[in-house]
Amino acid sequence: MTPDVSVVAGLRSMDADTAILESAMVEIEHLSLWYGTKQALRDISMSVPKHRVTAYIGPSGCGKSTLLRCLNRMNDLVDGVRVEGRIRIGGTDVHDASVDVTELRKRVGMVFQKSNPFPKSIFENVAFGPRILGVRNREDLAGIVERSLRAAALWDEVQDRLADSALGLSGGQQQRLCIARAVAVEPDVLLMDEPCSALDPIATAKIEELMLELKASYTIVIVTHNMQQAARVSDYTGFLLLGELVEFGVTRELFTNPKNRKTEDYITGRFG
Amino acid sequence: MKALWRSGEPFVWLTGGALGIALIMVVGLVGLVLVNALGFFWPSEVVRVTLSDGSALTGQVAERESVPGRPGQYRVKLQVGNRDLVGADFVWADESRITTRERPRDVVAVERTEWGVLIGTIRELREDGRVVASGPAVWEAARPRLAEAAHVRAEIRRVETGEIGTINRLQERIRLAMRRLELRGTTGGAEIDALRAQATALQARYAQQEARLTELRRRQTASLVVVAEGGKEKEQPLSQIVRVSFPNRMGLLAKSGYYAARVWEFVAASPRESNTEGGVFPAIFGTVMMVMIMSVMVTPLGVLAAFYLREYARQGAFVSVVRIAVNNLAGVPSIVFGVFGVGFFIYFVGGTIDRVFFAEALPTPTFGTGGILWASLTLALLTIPVVIVATEEGLAAIPGGAREAALALGATKLETTLRVVLPAVMPSILTGLILAMARAAGEVAPLMITGVVKLAPSLPLDGVWPFVHLERKFMHLGFHIFDVGFQSPNVDAARPMVFTTTLLLLGLVVLMNAFAIVLRNRLRRRYASAAV
Repeated sequence: MTPDVSVVAGLRSMDADTAILESAMVEIEHLSLWYGTKQALRDISMSVPKHRVTAYIGPSGCGKSTLLRCLNRMNDLVDGVRVEGRIRIGGTDVHDASVDVTELRKRVGMVFQKSNPFPKSIFENVAFGPRILGVRNREDLAGIVERSLRAAALWDEVQDRLADSALGLSGGQQQRLCIARAVAVEPDVLLMDEPCSALDPIATAKIEELMLELKASYTIVIVTHNMQQAARVSDYTGFLLLGELVEFGVTRELFTNPKNRKTEDYITGRFG
Repeated sequence: MKALWRSGEPFVWLTGGALGIALIMVVGLVGLVLVNALGFFWPSEVVRVTLSDGSALTGQVAERESVPGRPGQYRVKLQVGNRDLVGADFVWADESRITTRERPRDVVAVERTEWGVLIGTIRELREDGRVVASGPAVWEAARPRLAEAAHVRAEIRRVETGEIGTINRLQERIRLAMRRLELRGTTGGAEIDALRAQATALQARYAQQEARLTELRRRQTASLVVVAEGGKEKEQPLSQIVRVSFPNRMGLLAKSGYYAARVWEFVAASPRESNTEGGVFPAIFGTVMMVMIMSVMVTPLGVLAAFYLREYARQGAFVSVVRIAVNNLAGVPSIVFGVFGVGFFIYFVGGTIDRVFFAEALPTPTFGTGGILWASLTLALLTIPVVIVATEEGLAAIPGGAREAALALGATKLETTLRVVLPAVMPSILTGLILAMARAAGEVAPLMITGVVKLAPSLPLDGVWPFVHLERKFMHLGFHIFDVGFQSPNVDAARPMVFTTTLLLLGLVVLMNAFAIVLRNRLRRRYASAAV
């Protein structure tokens, strides 16, 4: 069901010579979003390439988290939200009436800014998603849990205490547990909303390393405050300002040779 | 001065002082109860005092106080017993008028099922009016007979309340079945004949038990002759003797044994003498059962209501008003809940149940009168704000991230609520339940009009089908305290019972709370202590 649509990544603001042909996982067309009467996103169009890390950067309140949360429709939970435009993930319109939002969220996993493990054991945290999907067999669950914890580079640290409470883990471990929990349901896309903002540099490095490993299997979209982080881990970067996508392109290109004056001002630290 | 204020010391004193006052009040109250309750069962010695006018009194010293209006002078309250002989259990004697005091070794205290304690000296043992033993040999001869008499008494009681009680209930059931048929217009036929046959069979069973009772009563012939102070003789049938003791002969070990026996009687036996003596077992049973029924009712209801308020309802002015109203419900006088319970549960719900299901028993109400079910429901209503508030606070304390995480994994709202929110809020629910139980166990006013009685003939749980009798009236420790303390015909004898019952109720509440707290802490430990 995923037509191999070849598109030019970074439709706007990219020159033909830097454009790379990639297969798009997420396509956003003319997306606008209002919280009540306040417009938070303005006519955003872009596509997120498959098996790449795409970062959104921008100052606080620019709408980067809102954009991220549109992809798995977490904004539905907020009262008074109105959306216009289209988002297609793997070719399916996420706002289509036939789309079951819980099904969508199983395909689009999410890791939050603040690590939020359930007040349950480590095992039960990871097994939660598969259980929701109807996996009952204890051995199958154990297999999924081990594979997910290995994928999140946490297995070696917790394999002896799977029955312990997840709340006893350190901050970095908790965040990796959240990543393990998200990949346990094998989503197509993994959304990460400032996943390292509450972590120390060592834990941050581990998560960044992990992202580079995970992109072989998942399409990753990350929101970050930290421009160095975006530069280190992402293949593509989008710069948002006041709800508008100012510039989108290959990360190295955007940081070294920004096309837009505002982008340049932001990445050189003139505001933000 | 200013420096002192800036140092913060005065505020520390203030807070410490407030806590100190609160502690002193609580410790004082509990201490008062403890001192009065724990000493009650300890056997006090019997003294014989001679007064200046030549008269003598024999009794146990119950109290000593200064004479009102005459400082420096004291008087003692003697429990002289022998209510059937002299009229009053207790006599005050001014110490200034006491000329001699002695502790006669042979004095005996006989606790009886009726008329309170008998104090005097044993003269002889009789059987069928003939003297079997006299002098020092009496006690040896009486001991086996006393055990036998207690055994027969228990057997009689078993036959009366167990066997004959069951027959009575079955007869009532047959009467109601016939009445039901009559209401339907059936006055003859096979059904009626079958019921009549059953009734005849029951009548035969009754006659059998009646004969057994007569047999048992015929065996109660022995009696003990006791000479009371002033030379009056009392022939006391052994069948009415609960316990015989020689207070002035008892050593520490004997006293401890006596104490243990009295305490056991208190918690395990039924009350005697319009509740001023004997035990409070039916009241303990009623209290515990009522609190349990209340918990079963209030927990699901309160938790569900709190879930709707916090998880589903759109937060706005209306929900705020509802929340304030729920909180204020806790301030409504409990008697108002009682009145509501009478009006709604008993008259409306119970009356309707009676008309629909128990029409044959009318005009005698079945559910249309006070009972343990209605009392429990009334208290559930009274305590529901506590459960709602505690659960809501627990729900508010769960980080929103946990819900978001579950939803982001593709869980539905229901799955999120049941699998993530409910387990996490469990300790708070138990906290609410603990508070509700403590409140309900101590509440009296609404119970007085919804089903508590001074003396319930049978427990709400017994061996007769359907085993749990929710329509029955019951006894309650809180009401027992009120009844014994203020409604008793013999205030002096009853007062210690007030303290012992209070201590017991306190202990019971502590016990039930401890159980819930252990359960809650176990749940908390499972979800670790780290900050969320």
